[in-house]
Amino acid sequence: MTLSAFGARLQEDSFDAAAEQAALLAGRSDLGAAVSFTGLVRADHGLIALTLEHYPAMTLAQIQAIAADAAARWPDTIGTIIHRHGRLLPGEAIVLVTTASPHRAHAFAAAQFLMDWLKTKAPFWKREEWADGTTRWVDAKGSDDNAAERWLAE
Amino acid sequence: MQLVYFAWVRTRIGKDAETLAVPAGMMTVSELLDWLAVRSPGHAAALEDRSAIKVAVDQQFAGPDTSIAGASEIAIFPPVTGG
Repeated sequence: MTLSAFGARLQEDSFDAAAEQAALLAGRSDLGAAVSFTGLVRADHGLIALTLEHYPAMTLAQIQAIAADAAARWPDTIGTIIHRHGRLLPGEAIVLVTTASPHRAHAFAAAQFLMDWLKTKAPFWKREEWADGTTRWVDAKGSDDNAAERWLAE
Repeated sequence: MQLVYFAWVRTRIGKDAETLAVPAGMMTVSELLDWLAVRSPGHAAALEDRSAIKVAVDQQFAGPDTSIAGASEIAIFPPVTGG
């Protein structure tokens, strides 16, 4: 076992999801399921870019706390979380969550949990840039809060 | 006390941080927000809808009743939208 079952990184640069998953699985023959989720910038109705602002003093520690929570819930599961910040163009990747476990239920659940909690507990803010020159801060969604809260009941 | 602002809280206030001497006896996040809201029209606009304001005290998420006693950095921002 590595020191922490879930690695977390914060970066401006792009990432290679396949390479990250391969690195996660390297040297392990006890895993039966691997899940990889990538969040992308979607070109909604003339969106030309998305800028992710974050709180540098807090962000990585908060992602690591979310990862530690996942490790406690699914002790047989490992994973990697990468969250980008800065200005991203449509089609670019924003976030990667890749997990692996002896059994698929844990790999799926841990990946979903990590995404639900990243959406509601990691200090990032998205600002949209539109083709007409306007910008707009993205509003938080109640559906994201509901998705995160259902994990508290379990 | 160092105050840091993010997203539209930052743009409405017009700065990303400021160091303020808060009055002695100010105990909670809610009292701090009330005091800040009357400092300038920008502060007032940023803090107008308290239900849309989130706060972290020394990098930990806080509620309206969280103590600010002894805190060195208070962050004020809208609900997060990462992921």
